[in-house]
Amino acid sequence: MVQVVAKTGNEAMAEAMRQINPDVVAAYPITPATEIVMIFSQFVADGLVNTQYVPVESEHSAMSATIAASAAGARAMTGTSSQGLALMYELLPIASALRLPIVMPEVNRALSGPINIHNDHSDTFAARDFGWIQIFSENSQEAYDNMLQAVRIAEHPKVKLPTMVTTDGFIISHCLEKIEVFEDDVVKNYVGKFPAYTNLLDLKNPVTLGALDLQNYYFEHRRQTAEAMKSAKEIILEVGKDFGKKFGREYGFFEEYKMDDAEMAIVCLGSIAGSAKSVVDEYREKGVKVGLMKIRVYRPFPAEEIASVLERMKAVAVVEKADGLAAKGGPLFDEIRSALYDKKKKPSVIDFIVGLGGREVTHKHLNEIFDELKDLAATGIVKELIQYKGVR
Amino acid sequence: MATIKELSLQEDRLTGGHRMCPGCGAPVIVRQVLMAVKEPVVIVSATGCLEVSTTIFPYSAWKVPFLHSAFENSAATMSGVEAAYTSLKKQGKIKDEIRFIAFGGDGGTYDIGFQSLSGAMERGHDMLYVCYDNQAYMNTSIQRSGATPRGASTTTEPAGKVKQGKVMTRKDLTECMVAHNIPYAAQSVCGDWRDLTKKVEKAMSIRGPKFINVLQPCQLGWGYPMDKTVELGKTAVDTCFWPLYEVENGKYTISYKPKDKKPLVDFLKPQSRFRHLFKPENAQLLSELQADVDKKWALLQKKAECFGA
Repeated sequence: MVQVVAKTGNEAMAEAMRQINPDVVAAYPITPATEIVMIFSQFVADGLVNTQYVPVESEHSAMSATIAASAAGARAMTGTSSQGLALMYELLPIASALRLPIVMPEVNRALSGPINIHNDHSDTFAARDFGWIQIFSENSQEAYDNMLQAVRIAEHPKVKLPTMVTTDGFIISHCLEKIEVFEDDVVKNYVGKFPAYTNLLDLKNPVTLGALDLQNYYFEHRRQTAEAMKSAKEIILEVGKDFGKKFGREYGFFEEYKMDDAEMAIVCLGSIAGSAKSVVDEYREKGVKVGLMKIRVYRPFPAEEIASVLERMKAVAVVEKADGLAAKGGPLFDEIRSALYDKKKKPSVIDFIVGLGGREVTHKHLNEIFDELKDLAATGIVKELIQYKGVR
Repeated sequence: MATIKELSLQEDRLTGGHRMCPGCGAPVIVRQVLMAVKEPVVIVSATGCLEVSTTIFPYSAWKVPFLHSAFENSAATMSGVEAAYTSLKKQGKIKDEIRFIAFGGDGGTYDIGFQSLSGAMERGHDMLYVCYDNQAYMNTSIQRSGATPRGASTTTEPAGKVKQGKVMTRKDLTECMVAHNIPYAAQSVCGDWRDLTKKVEKAMSIRGPKFINVLQPCQLGWGYPMDKTVELGKTAVDTCFWPLYEVENGKYTISYKPKDKKPLVDFLKPQSRFRHLFKPENAQLLSELQADVDKKWALLQKKAECFGA
């Protein structure tokens, strides 16, 4: 039932796409997500999928065609990164407003400018309020598992929302790892048939989609999208649990690593969690009661659930690869701190902005962050609320 | 070809009651296009007059499936619909024979949607793209577009004390589409139902990407009495400002050659957007505009002659 193979993040995501076998894929090349498109195109060329592949002339058209295909009753996918996602921004809220369950792998890369092809999270963070579910992955295995779950989540009748599954550019997308993949039939049964909630091609029931929505309806429709996002939370947990039962790896909104008796915590997302866990182990050996929270679901933002875990801490350090450029810290810090505001007992929270444009986040950086967290937990004194780590 | 009686018996696919301006040529074009299609159709429209006036939620004037997504992506959107259809049909999940028609105004086609259109035509999707070309952004109050003719006054390139409206000549989008080597590209007009329906019928008999550029007089933006839309469309053709022609697999055919080619001023004079051109000091500009029409008309005839016309 399970095959152990070596795959990069991009290969793992392309493999998931082959097994999901979407009706339509419309995509455009962009580093470091290009490989997903290349590998998938070969699947198409070799007749391994039923997919109609649309080699569009831009990401704007990629998302436009994907939205249209999904609206036409097809299971439709695309994939992108950074500038490509930015070119799609205009259309992302249209996909969610039309309640189209599109699934999109997104390989996180720094936004220009200056132009840079390496990893940070500025691209998807900037797309946080577009009504797309955002699921982050720590490694290739999670990327593969998340892709399969994303189909079930997005297509659930209580959700019907587009979903992006992210990996960290190059760090995961191009790094070969040992992963477990399932047999084609297992995946086919797992994802099931596409429920075409919206079907433009149903001639007997002609629909008008994308109508002009003015003062008397727009507000209600936006509210409905927000409600759908909220109801997605329950489904994400349900799907994550069910995945655990079926395949042995259970998923939630976040992973708690050595958090049970922790007095202080690092909060991060993506590949950095791997290195941070090893630093947690080191400090644990030294008797420091530190734990790690790895955010997996960034949208819908599980504010209450995060707060109910972090409220027990004395101190929290958010480590994130995005900057608000003179906002109150990075986007993750902002929201985590806000989530804790209503708690009677709340930890001191500090923010570390790291790794922009693929700058390496070293063991030394993490040690410094942990030391500062330890001090904060002991003294309660915030020396500097928002810090850049690793910048010259 | 269907007679006007036969066409009139077709069920309306775009009903009345929509909120297009009185005298607007766009719904005339859409209805004539749809009358000429026998098969079931699915419609995509760019943001623009047509879309905002026919789909004000919770109402819709469309009796056939209709999808609007954004301004610049009507062709890419239709690519996705057509890809879904092709995929589902191959898999045996759809049996119907469906035709796909995308509409866009000149802003959504010549300008912001040009890349999307070019990509869709190059990829060879089976669709007809119809541009209802009223030569400016009429939905947002008459801003200039790549389709605005030289000398026309618009709200973003108005005639003033030192400028006489648009400086540059209009983009020739039909020729851009011809250069894509698509099986069928044509120019038609609001005001000649026979020409338009005939061209749509022909386009529908061809599989692959098709493009028809339809000149649409706009009473609001052009500034003429609202009952003169059809007449002005005909004058655009009779002056050779807007020749009717088609290019089928590279072969040029002029659909209509006026017996007595009228002077360009016959077309310009009734429109307030050209009013300033009739000041004595603009006589030179006026003669340049006439020379430009003559040159393009001569070139088009030469192209048609190459194919034995």
